[in-house]
Amino acid sequence: MFNYLNAVLTTGAPQEAPKLFLEPGNFVEMLRYMGIGMLVIFVLICVIILVTTAINIFFSRKQG
Amino acid sequence: MDILYKNLWEIGASELVMIAIGCLLIYLAIKKEMEPSLLLPMGFGTILVNIPFSDALIGPINELYHAGIANELFPLLLFIGIGAMIDFGPLLTNPKLMLFGAAAQFGIFFTLCMASMFFPEIDAASIAIIGAADGPTSIAVANTLGSQYVGAITVAAYSYMALVPIIQPPVIKALTSKKERMIRMPYEQKSVSKTTRIMFPIIITIVVSAVVPQATALIGFLMFGNLIRECGVLESLSETAQKVLANLVTIFLGISVAFNMTAAQFLKLDTLLILGLGLVAFMVDTAGGVLFAKLLNLFSKTKINPMIGAAGISAFPMSGRIVHKMALKEDPQNHLLMHSIGVNVSGQIASVIAGGIILNFFS
Repeated sequence: MFNYLNAVLTTGAPQEAPKLFLEPGNFVEMLRYMGIGMLVIFVLICVIILVTTAINIFFSRKQG
Repeated sequence: MDILYKNLWEIGASELVMIAIGCLLIYLAIKKEMEPSLLLPMGFGTILVNIPFSDALIGPINELYHAGIANELFPLLLFIGIGAMIDFGPLLTNPKLMLFGAAAQFGIFFTLCMASMFFPEIDAASIAIIGAADGPTSIAVANTLGSQYVGAITVAAYSYMALVPIIQPPVIKALTSKKERMIRMPYEQKSVSKTTRIMFPIIITIVVSAVVPQATALIGFLMFGNLIRECGVLESLSETAQKVLANLVTIFLGISVAFNMTAAQFLKLDTLLILGLGLVAFMVDTAGGVLFAKLLNLFSKTKINPMIGAAGISAFPMSGRIVHKMALKEDPQNHLLMHSIGVNVSGQIASVIAGGIILNFFS
């Protein structure tokens, strides 16, 4: 099915053979990036929330 | 007489398929109003580059591509316009909403894992960033990483952004009960000082760039546009950035992305897989935001309507509006717009951070 679909789609297209592969083990390897990536996003967002809250409080007081 | 048909015979089946795809993009742009400002130039560009011996491909489109996309200039310039369009007010009144923007980036990393099963790391990372639900970020990251699939990634990113009203509601409904969708969240109107509005883009730029320097250009141009808007002394520049600049760059961006839409580059099984993975990214993003809101509800006294988590994908402002409409459908008195738009703009910031993190990992 995989090869058939590829043959249909590539008919007449001047190109080299596809470089697709199926390597389920890579999913597990990439979980490390998922963990670190989500952690960095949350830490950064928490820092931004804290700073934003602080400037909100500081400048609203100053204005009031 | 030769001149009438000798070039005509050079059009192969694959070129015809690509020309049909170009016409389909134009149709979707005009008839269905799916991101018309980008899909129409892309569709027409696709036709231009698939005509055999097209001087458009080796001439102006090639030049535009290398002048504005290969060096990321167009996506960044577009970010100035987007930054000038965004009002961070709803977010500044309730900064905690930013957590949902972070949670809704889960789809990017889940798709990274999925795509790595089929594609080399660089391409998998570029495909994953479709989940940023943010065209310029997708283009910039895929280009910086040198992915061979920039065309397919761009088509997927913009198509799914246009399809957000179709993709998100079933996922939200599947993950929430009617009772949860009816949770009301009163909105307290708080004024945000002008100083806060001015300091916000500067602080975000410094904090994000210090930790993820690879995102400096993306976040910097976005926040520069917002600073022009909020400073209050550059009204005409702000208006120009929102309208003229954004429109002009969109025209050039759309037509030059077509550089990657030749039959040889686009007609592959890979493209179908990329479109499928892009859909997964959008769905998991939505699920990530909703489930995070449900998780917070377990510990919070004041209940959050979990639907607002779905607005954390940065498809601005469609996603925020969809959540608002869904809430009104369940309960005509439940107005979630300010919350969902707040979450939606935080998704814009979080998606740029995610783009920088992906670049940090793989460039």
